[in-house]
Amino acid sequence: MSVVGVVGELFITVGVLVLMFLGWQVWLGNVIDGTAQQVDSVALSKSWNEGSTPVTATNERPDPGPPVVGTAPGNAEKFGNMIIPRFGADYIRPIAEGIGVDDVLRYGVGHYPGTAMPGAVGNTAFAAHRTGHGSPFFDIEKLQIGDSIYIETVAGWYRYVVRNLEYVQPTGVGVLAPVPQTPGVEPTDRLITLTSCNPVFTANERIVVYGVYDTWYPRAGGAPAEIAAVVGSETS
Amino acid sequence: MYGALWRGLPGPWWVRLLILLLLVAAVTAALVIFVFPYVDQFVTPQDVTVEQP
Repeated sequence: MSVVGVVGELFITVGVLVLMFLGWQVWLGNVIDGTAQQVDSVALSKSWNEGSTPVTATNERPDPGPPVVGTAPGNAEKFGNMIIPRFGADYIRPIAEGIGVDDVLRYGVGHYPGTAMPGAVGNTAFAAHRTGHGSPFFDIEKLQIGDSIYIETVAGWYRYVVRNLEYVQPTGVGVLAPVPQTPGVEPTDRLITLTSCNPVFTANERIVVYGVYDTWYPRAGGAPAEIAAVVGSETS
Repeated sequence: MYGALWRGLPGPWWVRLLILLLLVAAVTAALVIFVFPYVDQFVTPQDVTVEQP
């Protein structure tokens, strides 16, 4: 066996390993992590139902009134699920408090500490990966005006509607303001902000999606029909 | 290198092939579970948040 032969085989081996890593990075790793996050979310949702099966809310449901707003949990504590039908019929990912890379974003969506809680007047802001670690926001640029963003908590389901997209610098913290890009103004609306990296596979910029609060569904009153399959609710 | 590995394995060709496939599966599992997640933090962008400069 010649030295050249061994070196050649080593090169081929390294090439195959790099290709395998790429396959893992853009596909297999996301499938593994994304499935784990989804299983996690479904278990969270079930735990909030306390054994009963939620009903599906009808169009004639009574006015739910102003949304119940939870208190901010401790860092890395899971307190909600994000459900976005545009990202797939079974898309559901856990939300934890904080934006730590290792303790929160690896396991799902992170809620920016200090921003409003879901349903509150002001701006509730979230971040998630677009590359690797399950990529909860992989399809974020595919969101269209009017698309639903549901936040599930123990209280029920909050529905936000996509308003617009924006691209900012990594330092563009104005997107987190109670009235985005208008610091110091007292908020009167209930808004949601999603951030992720941009362009996809790099991190030179941030992609931002804004949404506006539409309504909420108290858990006792039943889940929204649009996500009945995801949260396992049944028509009563 | 791989030729020496093939000659070093015991048994008829189908036993060698079986052992080789098991080896490939074990190496792939080790890569996916341990190596790739470790390498990932150095090559994949991790920044998805907006933060004060």
